[in-house]
Amino acid sequence: MIAPLDTLARRIQEAVPGARVEVVPNDSPAAQPSLLVDSAHALAIARFLRDEPSLRFDYASNVAGVDWLDSVTKTKTKVKKIVDGVEKEVEETVETKRPGYLEVVYHLYSMNLKHGPLIIRQRTGNRAELNRVASLISVWRGCEFQEREVYDLYGVVFDGHPDLRRILMWEGFKDHPMRKDYVQPDDFEYEPTPHDEVLGRAKEHYPK
Amino acid sequence: MDEGLRSELSKQGIFTTTLEDLYNWGRKNSIWPLQFGLACCAIEMIATTMARYDLARFGAEIFRPSPRQADLMIVAGTVTKKMAPQVVRLYNQMPEPKYVIAMGACAISGGPFKQGYNVLKGIDRYIPVDVHIPGCPPRPEALIHAFMTLQRQIDEQKLTGPDRPRHLVADAPSEFPVPQFGEHDLVPSKNPEVWQPPHSGRTE
Repeated sequence: MIAPLDTLARRIQEAVPGARVEVVPNDSPAAQPSLLVDSAHALAIARFLRDEPSLRFDYASNVAGVDWLDSVTKTKTKVKKIVDGVEKEVEETVETKRPGYLEVVYHLYSMNLKHGPLIIRQRTGNRAELNRVASLISVWRGCEFQEREVYDLYGVVFDGHPDLRRILMWEGFKDHPMRKDYVQPDDFEYEPTPHDEVLGRAKEHYPK
Repeated sequence: MDEGLRSELSKQGIFTTTLEDLYNWGRKNSIWPLQFGLACCAIEMIATTMARYDLARFGAEIFRPSPRQADLMIVAGTVTKKMAPQVVRLYNQMPEPKYVIAMGACAISGGPFKQGYNVLKGIDRYIPVDVHIPGCPPRPEALIHAFMTLQRQIDEQKLTGPDRPRHLVADAPSEFPVPQFGEHDLVPSKNPEVWQPPHSGRTE
């Protein structure tokens, strides 16, 4: 069994000086928390996770990309205020803006010690020009194609990847189709059973 | 030729026919398909050729691995946008007369993957299709039915006149433009000379 993630985060910080490691809780039914690591030290952290005898995460089963758009979350808090000389409880909505970013998620297992998964994440600075994270190929060779796929479909650039080319779409393709703001080319001229978003786009082709 | 005379002659051991019948009969019973598959429909296509369904009964058991020797292209499976230029190029490399069967929901319209960013919404956007088979995937019987439909189409062709098949029209195209990989989509996204969107009857 792996130690609780906050213990593991502390051990990583001891082993890799200067590393920023943060436990990301998961409120969904899966309740599977993960470790957010900073890209500058990601390679050293990965090496530690693989080589440390009590951890030995020798197998990265899965690399996934996630696109987080800019979001605004509203939280309501009750605040005591003095209104007309009388103290009252008033509900206040606080808006927290979170700029968007891209995320790369690695699922790690240990074949030797038969434990896992440990989920580590890397985040990019934003969704545009700060789109670089560290490639972990030198630690887990199997990440090569999957990092290429994340590069292809999300536009995350992996520093240190030996062969970062598109893998599913063709060379010269400009978009990143799995991004949430990707707009498909307009080939909706014939939709026999349109609905939802497709209906809207098909309607643009209907004769006026 | 008069039916009565024909039957009278056949009683005397004289077989008469027309050149058109003979030509169509020869073509329809020796259709050599191009040996290629794109997705799961190809498995059904392979099953069709094997002993249980035995496509050889229809004279089409010889799958050729070269487009130069093939008469029929069975588009068996999802045509991705990355694959579409190669499919069109293979079609162009086939000699006339040539036919196309679009097998399964994906090949005729994109099927369950229709809204995918990577899927062509039907191969008939680039090349002319003779028979469409619905199904996901179609059973071997459905492919055999498509075959018989194609054979009937060939059998009914007139060799002269305005309705004659494409390969007998000197200025009819035998090759169709191969789409190029563009920055956002295939360029062009369809060949309007081959495919026009059927009018759905809906208005805004």
